Order: sequence, then structure tokens, then C-alpha cells
Amino acid sequence: MAGLEDLYREIILDHYRSPRNRGELPVPPAHRVEGFNPLCGDEVVVYLEVNDGTLTDLRIAGQGCSISQSSASMMSATVKGRPVEEARKLIRSFKAMMSIREQSLGGEEEAEEADARGEAEIMRPEDLGELAALQGVVKFPVRIKCATLSWNALAQGLDEIAAGVPSSD
Amino acid sequence: MTSTVEAGRLEVAALRKQFPLLQQLSHGKRLIYLDSAASSQRPRAVLDAMDHYYETTHANVHRGVYAIAEEATRQFEMARRATGRFINAPRPDVEIVFTKNATEALNLVAHSYGRHLLPKGKAILLTELEHHANIVPWLMLAAESGAELRYIPVGEDYRLDLSELDRLIDGVGLVGVSCMSNVLGTVIDLGPVVEAAHAVGAVVVADGSQLVPQRGVDVSALGVDFLAFTGHKMLGPTGIGVLWGREDLLERMPPFLGGGEMIRDVRLDGFVPNDLPWKFEAGTPPIAEAIGLHAAIGFLESVGMEKIAAHEIGLTARAIELLTDRHGDDLQIFGPTDDLTARGGVLSFGFRDLHAHDLAQVLDAEGICIRAGHHCAKPLMRRLGVTATARASFYVYNGEDDIAALSDALDVAAAFFG
Ligand SMILES: Cc1ncc(COP(=O)(O)O)c(C=O)c1O
Repeated sequence: MAGLEDLYREIILDHYRSPRNRGELPVPPAHRVEGFNPLCGDEVVVYLEVNDGTLTDLRIAGQGCSISQSSASMMSATVKGRPVEEARKLIRSFKAMMSIREQSLGGEEEAEEADARGEAEIMRPEDLGELAALQGVVKFPVRIKCATLSWNALAQGLDEIAAGVPSSD
Repeated sequence: MTSTVEAGRLEVAALRKQFPLLQQLSHGKRLIYLDSAASSQRPRAVLDAMDHYYETTHANVHRGVYAIAEEATRQFEMARRATGRFINAPRPDVEIVFTKNATEALNLVAHSYGRHLLPKGKAILLTELEHHANIVPWLMLAAESGAELRYIPVGEDYRLDLSELDRLIDGVGLVGVSCMSNVLGTVIDLGPVVEAAHAVGAVVVADGSQLVPQRGVDVSALGVDFLAFTGHKMLGPTGIGVLWGREDLLERMPPFLGGGEMIRDVRLDGFVPNDLPWKFEAGTPPIAEAIGLHAAIGFLESVGMEKIAAHEIGLTARAIELLTDRHGDDLQIFGPTDDLTARGGVLSFGFRDLHAHDLAQVLDAEGICIRAGHHCAKPLMRRLGVTATARASFYVYNGEDDIAALSDALDVAAAFFG
């Protein structure tokens, strides 16, 4: 049975205690998206600014548990300043890592399948840097939604910007 | 206060032995179950009754004329009568409708009464502390019919604030109110609400999901018009709920779901509904579950509902005392802490600045099961200004040892998150 230390890795607790990129951005020019976790009532608000295909700035507001907060913090630190396409690839890779599989618990299989198709669209957990610390969450299926909350909001925000959908307020 | 507690003392150790699930370990520790408000565990007697039924008399009810079908029908209808007697229903044989759960029972009323008998232009009055099961069906109805929804607010004392009741009740055709909050533990004093409702000709739909298991409910004394509750919170199986309604109202209401069992006659161009209560029981009913519920009621009655009520009050008092003593300002209790007789065995709390989810996760590693989240009462959470709380709830198998373990585990959580 998975233990607490599989879930609460030191780096996760660090991001929880001192979250990065916390705050808000003026809308517009920034785009604002909300994510809700129906399970626990957690709410995350992601503010993003895209200029010339690059995610130039990003802020996180809202409240939640240590897993959702630290995942959001790590996400912000990882994707800020990156081209949108890279951010999307990270989102896909992170979500692959967070999906439950019967055999291996991680994104490896999906990465292999993607490799086999000649696509390098999904990164392996070991290439995800500190985000790999969240791998243990998969062993606690109820908490997966906490970890993916901010990522889903970010994906939604990027889609909305691409489609020219106005920001929520 | 203490005297009631002493008088109602339950033999917790002996009771606990009768619950197979509680005999196991969780993470290598004694499994301590503090989430009965979400769903209780069931004693051997309930599991045996259901097995025995499946092994000896299972057949569909109200259909076959062979011996086991007759016996299945008899046991099913006996369960209905026992359920009705448990809540002192005037006509157990016609006024008890078996549903899937309390949620379905409330939806049945929203549909068959709300859509058909609630006079046009009448408002619906709910309270701010309702479970989603007693809000969403009414929101769905209001979206269709345009009925106005109003809410009795929750005061700073975690009780219903009835100061504006006279104004709120004006023009109301139906009141939906919980008998006990599944978050705050507050036992609602229904008297004034029922009186005000009846004075304006409104019917009262009571949600007894939490109170029926802890104190029992006497529908005749309570004076409500409908009562919904659910088997799995009162030592019974999942998959069975109960709607009690006044016979004259049920009689006038059209059916909810259509299909077999609920008809007297069907032609290609129409149907004649069956008599009460089968009019509301479309399709094969939860037969084994009804028999399990009957066994659960038998178990509760043999322990004694008065003793159970006193046990809940005593244990909650002990929990509040010990936790505030040991954890002081680290602990924030959401719910009344003064008059504990008007409070059930549900304790919602915040601990330090820890999120309820994180707290529950650390407690789980100590073998302790508590609930963390919004408890299907998001409007109430907003009123309390939180997104989630931790909640410990107590039942017949919980004792002071469980509360001491909870307290110890809070220290572990504090140390873990630093
Ligand atoms: C007050 C209250 N009402 C209704 C319900 C719904 O019960 P069920 O899910 O069995 O329909 C619950 C249980 O969560 C409850 O606590």
C-alpha cells in the first residue's frame, strides 16, 4: 500500500508552503480561467498572457489542498516563458503521467506508443523535471483531480485564446 | 448533561464486534470509522438477512404464485410495515414507498407533487443548510415552472435564523427542510417551520437522512407531510431509500417512473396506475435491500433509539471537550457547541491552516476514516466562507477510544505539515 511519503514529496511541500507565481494579472490583456474540483470544492484561477505564441506571463489564484496548490505552482514555474506549443506538450505529458494504468503507473507506455508512431508528443516523467515528484499521486486515485485541476484550466485558457473566446470574469 | 450520557451508555465494544468491516486493519492499524454521516457500516445481522434471503427465498415480488415468490413478497411487505412503524407512520402499508435512496425520494416529491400539485405562482422555501439532494431537485423544478425559490438563512449560531420566517413564508406552497444538518450537526427545531408552513397551506418535505439514524423520527408528532431517508446511513444496505408521505397527498400525486409493478392496467393507448404504494415503485424493487433494511431497523430497535441518541450526544460532547482542550486555537468547529442536546453526532472542523483533504490523508495513514470536502452542501460552505471542512461523525460502534485516536492523529498531522 502506498504511503504518505509517496504523495507528499519534499518538493511538493516546498511549493505548497511557498507557491510560485501566486497572484492576479489585469484582464485584459491577460486571460482568466477558472477550474473547479467538484470533489472537494477547490477552486483555482489561472491568469495567462500570450504574446507572439509565447506564454509570457502566468499567475495562480484560488484555494485548494497541498496537491492542487503545489501542482499549480510547479506548473507555473515550468510553463512560464515557454512557447505555447511547448506548454501544450507539457500539459499532454503531465496528464499522461497522471492517468491510471493497470500495469505501470506513469506515462511510460503512452510515451512508448507515441515514440512508435514517430511522434515525440509526450515526454516521459523523467524528462519532466521536478514535476515528476507528482507521479506518486497516481497511487491515490481520488487525488488525481487535485493535481490536474490547474493543468486543465491552463489547457482551457490556451484553447480559448486560440479560438478568440473572451476571458471569464 | 452528564447524567443523560451515563444513562445512555452503550456497550460499544460488544456492538463493534458485530460489524465485520470494523475488525480489519487499515495501514496496519485498527480501522477507525468516523464517516457514518456519509454511510454507516452494517452489522452481521443485516448481511446475514440478505444472504439468507438470496439463498432461500429469492424470486420476483408481486408476480409468481409459487412458494418462494410468495415468501419473497411477504418478506418485502413485512419490511415496508416495519419501516413504517419505525417512524410511526399512520398507514405503514400504503404510505411507505421504497426508492433507491433519499435523493430519489426527494426527486419523487419534486416531480409528482412539485410538477403536478404545487399551485402555479407559489414559491418554494428551502434552507441554506440543505444537502444538494434537497436543493437541486427544486432548482430543476423551478427552472421548468418558474417557481420562486427562497431560503431560510443560517445564523451565526449555526442554527436556522427564523427571524424573517413570517415574511419568507408568505406565498409559499412547499417547504423543504432538513431535520439535521450533515455538516453542522444542528438538529433543526421543525415545530415553528411546520406551523408557519401549514398556516399558509404549504406542505413540508423533511429530509431525515441524518436524524432518522441517530434519533429516529416520529412523523405523526413532527407534523410534516413527507419524510425522506436512506438505508445505508442507518446500518442498512445501499440501494434502498424511503419516502413516507401522507396518504391523501400520495393518493393525489401521479406516478414518478413508469413501467412494470406501478400499473393496474395497460392498453396500447393508456394505463391505469396501481394502488399505493406500488404506484410509485416502477420495476423490480430493491427486495434484498428492503429485507436488509428491516434487519437494520431490528438491530437499531434492539439497541434502543433513545440509547443511541444519548450515545451520540455524549460522544459529541466528549469530542468537543477533548479536541478543544488539546488543540485549542488550532481547532475551529463549525456547528453549535452550546446546547448539545440540539446537536447530532457530526463534527465539522478546520485544523490550523491545513486543507481538509490533506488532513484526511494523514489521518488515513493512522487508520482513521474522516470525510473531507464540501459534504454536498456547497451553498452552506459559501455561507461559512470555506471551500471544504473536515468532518468526523459518530455512530453506535464509535467510542471514546476513537476520539482519543482522532486527537492523537491531529498531532501527527500538525507535525507532518510542520
Ligand atoms: C442530509 C442529507 N440528505 C440527503 C442525503 C442523500 O442521501 P443518498 O445519497 O443516500 O440519497 C444525504 C447523504 O449524503 C444527507 O446527508
